[in-house]
Amino acid sequence: MLSIGLGHYLTLAAIIFTIGIVGIFLNRKNIIVILMSIELILLAVNINLVSFSIFINDLSGQVFTLFILTVAAAEAAIGLAIIVVYYRNSGTIRVEEIDRLKG
Amino acid sequence: MIAHAIVFYIFSLIAIVSAIMVTVSKNTVNSVFFLILDFISISCLFIMIGAEFLGMIMLIVYVGAVAVLFLFVVMMLNVAQQKNEWFNSSGRSSHIPVGLLVSIIIFFELIIVIGGWKYKPELLDSIAIEINTELTNTQSLGSVIYTDYIHLFQLSGMVLLVAMIGAIVLTFRQRSGVKRQSYFKQISRDRKDGIELVDVENNKGVKIDA
Repeated sequence: MLSIGLGHYLTLAAIIFTIGIVGIFLNRKNIIVILMSIELILLAVNINLVSFSIFINDLSGQVFTLFILTVAAAEAAIGLAIIVVYYRNSGTIRVEEIDRLKG
Repeated sequence: MIAHAIVFYIFSLIAIVSAIMVTVSKNTVNSVFFLILDFISISCLFIMIGAEFLGMIMLIVYVGAVAVLFLFVVMMLNVAQQKNEWFNSSGRSSHIPVGLLVSIIIFFELIIVIGGWKYKPELLDSIAIEINTELTNTQSLGSVIYTDYIHLFQLSGMVLLVAMIGAIVLTFRQRSGVKRQSYFKQISRDRKDGIELVDVENNKGVKIDA
């Protein structure tokens, strides 16, 4: 309990990952919150990579965390751009009203 | 050791609570604020565990760029007034039971994987790049990124470039009725279009706009 090991960090990452998944599943508000949940999921993955990298004493995990950070930033930019365009065209970004594909 | 544990638990508690608040809070602006809090506490954990460079980069990239981008979009789109309808099942379909079930299963799967996980004995021999304890975290990352991972590094730069161009192309809008410079017209003008030489007769002058 008092000595913090790899398992603690992995558990934290698992909890945050699950919260992100719940945010995607149960969101009925708007798409921006779904994008934020995706950021949470990527954050959990980063925690996993960094803690493994530290506890196994291998630097490559941190390098890959850097790349995930890059991809997350690019994804956020593109996703927000798509949301802005959609809002401009249809006037809403509520999840329930986005049913143009009739899925 | 005890202080380390206490700090870990405090930061992770803040991270978990703010992650929950990101998904349930009523106002989207508040969600963004809790997202920022989450990133900051996780980056504190990174700094604590010994990955200082990544902690600082997380602060710069996520809090400085991504969260501010989210805030801008939230402000532009006027979504702050929308009511949260989390537990309001008036919609056609309520995803809450199935969603909660699936996420609980996912969580327990992750926990089982972590609990039953052990190092494979040959894993420790297969370390790609061992951490040099004499260098600082930033130095050792830099010495790896620019040598062993240089192609991936440049590719991630390309990813950022493509994302930037894509975001600009997506949100760019040509407005009608706005007077702006046409560089091509300006540059491709030559002397014949602009100047006309006229022989002027005495006492008659020149007709302009003939």
